[in-house]
This record gives sequence, C-alpha cells and structure tokens, in this order.
Amino acid sequence: MVTATAASAGIGRRMVPFALATIPLVASIILINTFLFPGATDTIVSIGPLAPTWTGLTAAAQATLRVLAFALSVAVFSLTTPTDDLLTDLERRGVGRRAVFVIGAAIGMVPRLVERAGEIVDSQRARGLDTEGARWRRVRGVVPLAAPMISSALTEVEERTLALEARAFSAPPRRTTMRPLPDDSQQRALRWGLLVFVVVAVAASVSGALGIP
Amino acid sequence: MSASTPAPRLSLRDVSYGYVGTSANVLQGIDLELAEGRIVGVVGPNEAGKSTLCLVAAGLAPLAIGGRLDGTVEQDGVDTRTLSAADLGQRVGILFQNPVTQLSGTSVTVYEEIAFGPRNLGLPLGEVATRVEWAADLVGVRDLLPRDPARLSGGQAQLVALGSVLALRPGTLVLDEPTSQLDPLGTRLVGDALADLAAETGTAILMVEHKTDLLARMADEVVVLVDGKIAKSGPAAEVLADPALPALGVEPPSDIRLRAALAEAGISFDASWGPALGVQAAVGARE
Repeated sequence: MVTATAASAGIGRRMVPFALATIPLVASIILINTFLFPGATDTIVSIGPLAPTWTGLTAAAQATLRVLAFALSVAVFSLTTPTDDLLTDLERRGVGRRAVFVIGAAIGMVPRLVERAGEIVDSQRARGLDTEGARWRRVRGVVPLAAPMISSALTEVEERTLALEARAFSAPPRRTTMRPLPDDSQQRALRWGLLVFVVVAVAASVSGALGIP
Repeated sequence: MSASTPAPRLSLRDVSYGYVGTSANVLQGIDLELAEGRIVGVVGPNEAGKSTLCLVAAGLAPLAIGGRLDGTVEQDGVDTRTLSAADLGQRVGILFQNPVTQLSGTSVTVYEEIAFGPRNLGLPLGEVATRVEWAADLVGVRDLLPRDPARLSGGQAQLVALGSVLALRPGTLVLDEPTSQLDPLGTRLVGDALADLAAETGTAILMVEHKTDLLARMADEVVVLVDGKIAKSGPAAEVLADPALPALGVEPPSDIRLRAALAEAGISFDASWGPALGVQAAVGARE
C-alpha cells in the first residue's frame, strides 16, 4: 500500500534513499534472527559453529518488512506533506497551539542544529581539535561538540520562550487560520477508507486471521 | 497630575529585582516614567542591569522568569503583576538582541512570521493582513515578505523581529539593543522607523542602546544605569554631553568626542559652521 501510494504520487525514485537508510538496521535484523533465533532447530545449513534457521529467517523477513513499511511510510509522509500544510491542518482540526508549535519547532530545528553543529566543529577545528582521520578521534570530537550544542540550544529555548510570550503566544482565543487547505470529497473518502483498512488489518492480525505471529 | 499631562505609558517606582536563586538584586530603587510618544534611551557598562531592566519593564520578570520584584511596574496605570502574558503582549512589546531567538522557528515566510502575534490574538484575517503590511512597511521589509525567515541575514532578521512585535500594536516598546546586529544603514532605518512610530502613533519607547549617536538623534531622554542603579538621567542632549560619561563606562556620541578632541588640541569649535563644515574649517585653521 505504501509503494502504491508513492507510485501514484510520483515519488518512487525519491524514496530510494529512505529505503537505503534502513540497510544497517535490516542487516543486523537478518543476521541476528537468522543465526541466533532462540529455540529454533530447523537448521537450513550448518557452517561450522553457524547454524541459520528457517524460523529465524522467517522472523527476520517479517521484521524487515515492518521496518521498511515504517521507513517508507515516513518517506511518503515527508515527501508529500509540506510542513506548513501539516501545521495549518492540525490547527484547523483544533489541535492545541502548543502541540502544533512543538511539532513545527521540532521539524524546523533539524536544519538549524545541523548548521550549528557545523559552526561548532569549524570553531573547534580552528582551535586545533582533530575531528577527522581515525574513528576514535572523530568519536573524541563529539564531546566538545555536544556541550556547546546543548548549552546554546537551552539558551535559545529560554530566549525564544520569552519572545513568544511577548507575542501573545498564551492568548486564549483560537489562532486565526491563514490559509484553509483544500479538502475535497475524494480525499475525505480516501482517509476514511485508509482508517477502515487499518482497523480491519489490526483486527485480523490480532485475531490470527492473517497467520502472522 | 494636570489635565494636559498624559498618564505615563510605563511607570517604574522604586523597583528592585533579583533573579531566582540569587540573593543580590540586579536592579535597585529604579524610578522611571515613559510618557506617550517619548523615547527614553538606556546606556551603561556591561553587567549594569540593562537587559534585566528591559525584562522588568516589559513585565516578563517576574511573570515569565520568576524572581523577586519590589516596587511597582505599571503599564497604562495597571500593575504588570496583575496582567496575563497575553494582555502584556498587547500593551508592551519587547525586542531582544539576538534575532535568531526572536523568530518563532515555525513560519515558512516572513509574512507568516509577522502575522504570528496577530494570529495568536485570533484577529480576523483581514485585520491580520492589514497589520502585517503596516508593520512590514514601517520597518522596510515588504520585499522580504515571501522569503524564508531562516534564510535572512542578521540585520534582516532583526527588522522582521521588530515588525513582528509592532504587528501587535503595543502602546509601549522595550528594545534591548535592537541595532546590535545591524550595519549603519540598517541602524539608521530602524532608528528612523522607531522615531516615526513614536511621533505618529504615540508609542512610548524604552531603548537600551550602546550606539549613543543613535540615541543623540532620536531619544528625548537618556538614563545611565550603573550597577543596577540610575546614575544619571535627563534630557538626551544634556546627559550625552556630560563629560563624566566615559568614566561611567559609556562612550559619548561622535560629535561630543570630536569636540572634546578639538578642545584638547586647542581648537575652538564654532557651532555655526555645521557638523561637516565645522570639522573641515577647524582642521584647515590648525594646518
């Protein structure tokens, strides 16, 4: 269903990096489940001390599908939903302004933190800290990066809180909606359809009808 | 009070303030009044309590950050301790030094950023639009309205932050070094915008500022704050020309420094020459 949605939205190629990002996790899931699944005895083949099992491989395949489904769902969501559309619609649906702000600020914070980290690393390098080369050196470089990142982020939060309070953030009325989003009958039907599908799928899974443990 | 004297927009009477977790007061016995349409500049050395004075005057201390407040702080005759943050926001706007922390971080355009405050008040969309355009014109950022606030220069971001505060149309503005991130042109733009605002709308402005040239041009009165106390106050021209100013950790405006340097060099300054001509004539006479 996720891939069908992506194909209909024309974002198939742009989802590839999201799928590739799961490789380390998927690899560890496959290795651990296939070779170390507790209690499994249906060995596929014995290679010295290694004994991969069919049960472990099946569990690994299920877990991998779940991870991919989750990662690609996030990909579809982030590639098809502009942040301001999301926040606008959440507000329209009556979600509290603090909750909406937290979501928006969290999304907006990522590029700022990346930018800040780059500035701090450059500054640390200028003072002679080796942040390249051997892995242990790079790990050591995280410590002087983390402290200024955290302290500056906390300072920013305090100042921003004051600035927001001064801009009537706590005012009781419902916020003015700037831009009503179009929401036609097809979209509403699709949303309800997906909701029904999820309920049915969860019920079928819980009842054992799907045969998935 | 006479009928012709308007009630002060902002009034601090015998105000002392100390932060949470500290025993010493940062401000001590501050008395200050700010009438409609007046601009009062605050100068002083580092650690004098200028930023704290801004928080107290804006009512955010102790409302938002806690601490001990003695004395009375009133906005339009109402004790700030009785007002909610939302009420305060409409009575007094505050602008801090760092433009990055002034912006909400959730708006995708400058237009939405300036609309942030009016939208919080639940104003009708037409009124929000009117205020955004008014504030953007006032601070000269109309061209930036479609831009991403996260991609502005420091000076542009500060102008947007100022516009965002002005969009709430507060009767009093408290500005903590609003031009610290601005180049000379930006400083002049903000200074002119604030002077126009005070003259046209009667907004009272309390402005902490190291750039005494700017204060000499736009402030009606100047207060010198040292160690949390008012060391000197009075008409701007008088206070800024006080020869004791450097000893208090404040750099006088450039024309005052120039006159002092000329006097030290034994060159008399004739005010009738005018600023630029005067310098040329004086230098020519010496040569």
